[in-house]
Amino acid sequence: MITPGEQEPEAAPLVRPYVITNGRGLPENDQFNLITLVTASERRPPSHYDPEKLRLLDLCGGGYLSVAEIAGHLGLPIGIVKVLLSDLSSDGYLVTRAPAPPAQLVDVSVLQEVLDGLQARFG
Amino acid sequence: MVSRPASDEDVYLRNNVQIAAKILVVGHFAVGKTTFIGTMSEIPPLRTEETMTQAAAHIDDLRGVQGKTTTTVAMDFGRLTLSDRLVLYLFGTPGQQRFVQVWEDMTRGALGALVLVDPERLKESFDVIDLVEQYGLPYAISVNHFDGTPARSDDELREALDLLPETPVVTCDARDEKSSANALITLVRYLQDRAR
Repeated sequence: MITPGEQEPEAAPLVRPYVITNGRGLPENDQFNLITLVTASERRPPSHYDPEKLRLLDLCGGGYLSVAEIAGHLGLPIGIVKVLLSDLSSDGYLVTRAPAPPAQLVDVSVLQEVLDGLQARFG
Repeated sequence: MVSRPASDEDVYLRNNVQIAAKILVVGHFAVGKTTFIGTMSEIPPLRTEETMTQAAAHIDDLRGVQGKTTTTVAMDFGRLTLSDRLVLYLFGTPGQQRFVQVWEDMTRGALGALVLVDPERLKESFDVIDLVEQYGLPYAISVNHFDGTPARSDDELREALDLLPETPVVTCDARDEKSSANALITLVRYLQDRAR
């Protein structure tokens, strides 16, 4: 039995990924794309918070990263990371920046900026 | 477990980055996607995995198994900071039709795709090109140049791949930074022309 205030040991590495999310899959209208940029907010989670979410917040505490990078660094599937992010976001622990709109809607200036950047770097 | 990577400076984006853009680097198995991304990325390429459900009938080694099974699709990706406020992500995406679930997610918000093609195995690129077109993603063809590959004329290649006259075709050595950058630049110029 776990007494109040005592932390459960961290999940074993062999735990099936969707156990971390309590079996939930992706929310239908997911706000997180592979390249949504995410960082931790000022708000600090309580110490008894979910260990996977603490790991994620610890990673995000260093600055902005894309959702894909977070998944890559944590070694978790994208779907799992999106569920964790969605929870963390609704609890106010994250700040996000949305990705660029799809190609049809992209401002010509974004393409120009991509081109200028590539040419400056490799030209 | 230390989850924050060792040297923070190179891991995180600049604070003032506002826009993230995405270009897909697609192609059949072993065509050079991972090499291309490794050549271009400013961070060591990362791998993400997505689990998906698919009909078991499509998997050769599970022939006879009824119902559905899950499989994991790995995607390698890299990052390029291109200005104070803009970062570009390159995602290597497998081109098999059975990965359509992953494609939904990958293509959403993508500027376009660079299709890597091996001139000796053109047929293996058909599926990829079908997928890119199916998702309405503008693309350029990058012919990966391997040592000793006989040059194939653009016309031959265009005909074999059934390309539109405006689709750019560029030769590229995925191991070479300048050559790979040139392929990306060709794609972005084409995207610009289309946006005008």
